[in-house]
Amino acid sequence: MEKTEHRIKPPEGFSLGLRELWQYRELFYFFTWRDIKVKYKQTFLGIFWALLQPLGLMLIFTLLFTKSWKIDTTPVAYPIFVLSGLIIWNLFHAAVSHAGESMIQNAAIIKKIYFPRLIVPGSAVLVALFDFLMGLLIFLVFCIIYKQLVQWQAILFFPAGILLTLVAGFGAGTFLAALNVKYRDFRYTIPFLLQFLFFASQVIYPLQQVQQSWLKYVLALNPVNAAIELFRTPLNGGRIDMEVIGIGIVSALLLFITGIYYFRKTEAYLADHA
Amino acid sequence: MKPAIEIRNLGKRYRLATSTRYIALRDVISNSVKNIFSTHKKGVEEFWALQGIHLDIMPGERVGIIGRNGAGKSTLLKIISRITPPTTGEALIRGRVGSLLEVGTGFHPELTGHENIYLNGSILGLKKNEIDKQRDAIIDFSGVEKFIDTPLKHYSSGMEMRLAFSVAAHLRSEILLIDEVLAVGDMEFQKKCLGKMEEVSKEEGRTILFVSHNLAAVSTLTSKAILMDKGVIKESGHTAKVLSAYTTLKLSGFVFTAPPDASSPSVNRIELVTSEGGSIQAYGKPMAVIFEINMPSADTKNMALAFQVINRVNNQAVLHNWIFDADMPICRKKGINRIEFTFPEVKLYKGGYFLKVHLAESKQKTKYQEIEDCFFEVDMLNLPEPEWGWYDNMCLYLDRGLWQLKD
Repeated sequence: MEKTEHRIKPPEGFSLGLRELWQYRELFYFFTWRDIKVKYKQTFLGIFWALLQPLGLMLIFTLLFTKSWKIDTTPVAYPIFVLSGLIIWNLFHAAVSHAGESMIQNAAIIKKIYFPRLIVPGSAVLVALFDFLMGLLIFLVFCIIYKQLVQWQAILFFPAGILLTLVAGFGAGTFLAALNVKYRDFRYTIPFLLQFLFFASQVIYPLQQVQQSWLKYVLALNPVNAAIELFRTPLNGGRIDMEVIGIGIVSALLLFITGIYYFRKTEAYLADHA
Repeated sequence: MKPAIEIRNLGKRYRLATSTRYIALRDVISNSVKNIFSTHKKGVEEFWALQGIHLDIMPGERVGIIGRNGAGKSTLLKIISRITPPTTGEALIRGRVGSLLEVGTGFHPELTGHENIYLNGSILGLKKNEIDKQRDAIIDFSGVEKFIDTPLKHYSSGMEMRLAFSVAAHLRSEILLIDEVLAVGDMEFQKKCLGKMEEVSKEEGRTILFVSHNLAAVSTLTSKAILMDKGVIKESGHTAKVLSAYTTLKLSGFVFTAPPDASSPSVNRIELVTSEGGSIQAYGKPMAVIFEINMPSADTKNMALAFQVINRVNNQAVLHNWIFDADMPICRKKGINRIEFTFPEVKLYKGGYFLKVHLAESKQKTKYQEIEDCFFEVDMLNLPEPEWGWYDNMCLYLDRGLWQLKD
């Protein structure tokens, strides 16, 4: 039998380590499986809890922005409009915050055994995706209730929006995960950053209605805006703002590359800090 | 035949911030602001946990690594298992490595025993189909088959340990790294596991690297050993030879020191204040033990500190003393907490002793540390000799009583 050979050296250079990630794919699966299983075993309301939160918010925003301050979202009914934004936002929020905390939560394992560390924030993002799929089901149910027209192009646009959210969320999440281990007090800034980003995302308002074009470009830097734009395209009859999409894709990719680069650079020493 | 493990000039340097090991962003910012205004740079302490390690281990060899706390044993194992990178040198590993720096790594209380076998197995590097094949053997060996579909949180700690050991004993890697894992759990089952590991090792020519304080286990399980002290290899060769070198080395230290752990409570320093100075204590005179315990955070409750005085010849505990937070608030400060224990009169009989110190949390029953160190000699100085003299190993404890004629 051919023996595996491994050379242990002080870290140098940079590689993505994709081959090794592939070798450890089963662990990837087991971590994700563990988190999903534990999550739904622990919470009393189980899956319903994951759905209650967006539905509650949808109710509040609908009451506020259809009765008190009218926001025009035709041809999409406001509840559908806000719910579509919310589920995408929640996916991003969960991906970033779970991945950001993941290295600290798994510190006990990281200090005792080796495996490619990217698995940890990676599986946290997959867990977020699982929750999202529950939300997506409810969203589709509401589409039927409100007789919302969904164009067939949705089979392209929905996955594109989801993928863009995952790319941005994974990038930001891995970056924060590494920062969190190195600087222990950094985690306290995450909720604030995310809240800030929420209001900079077109969840409750359409980006098209932002009057100042400079502000629109600044907001477009937030990749969640592009993701929501993609996701809503098949709902509002194919209207799409290519500028927002373009800027969003570039900034999502930048986040992704920076996040993974920083994580890989600091990865070797994470066990010393954790 | 090529060595299974080939280590060349391996070294590991840690940078210790003066008080804690992790960095707060707030400190980085405030320090860099301070540094603008002052030219004085705050010194970062450097500490070589390992230096210039050369080692060849042939396939099928079973090697024990011994040494005092902080000698670099665990760091060496961590580098070989790729948990932390070396600062200098390199190591070439031929074969699949299984590292058991802990048993039950990743066990989750909400998952069932069965689910935990899969989770723990895959964390330890087993493929799913390998676990499928060995599942029944693992469950059988653990002896908890009745509870295998019960969540782990309902297990007793003994049952959990048995399950953890079972998975570990069924690892199929060519190179096995074991660190102190045998220090916990029940003795009988440990022996069974050691037996199983030995069986595998002999049949399949598995290479084992074994770090332990349990000298008896080292001498039964290994044929070769290396002795480490202060980050370097002091002695290597046949286990018996190395063990005797270790005993000599142990005699020299009556002060124990270790770098503080940033994440969990740790014993930083233990000093024996003997009546004669150094490691010599006179019978009947006072002796003090000063503990310095580092706490990562303030207001930790329920800490417990205990120590046993153990005779070096037969490894028997002669005395046991303990203090719980409930008795007296201990370890409530962040950073170093000093606690002193005094024997008003040492009643130990002439001979060699050492301390076995236990640091734990009493509510969750978490054991943080177990340290064997602080070697000292008791002498019957200035005491009138009995007619036959103070001969060796007469007893362990000597106290006066009263003789009376009753007829």
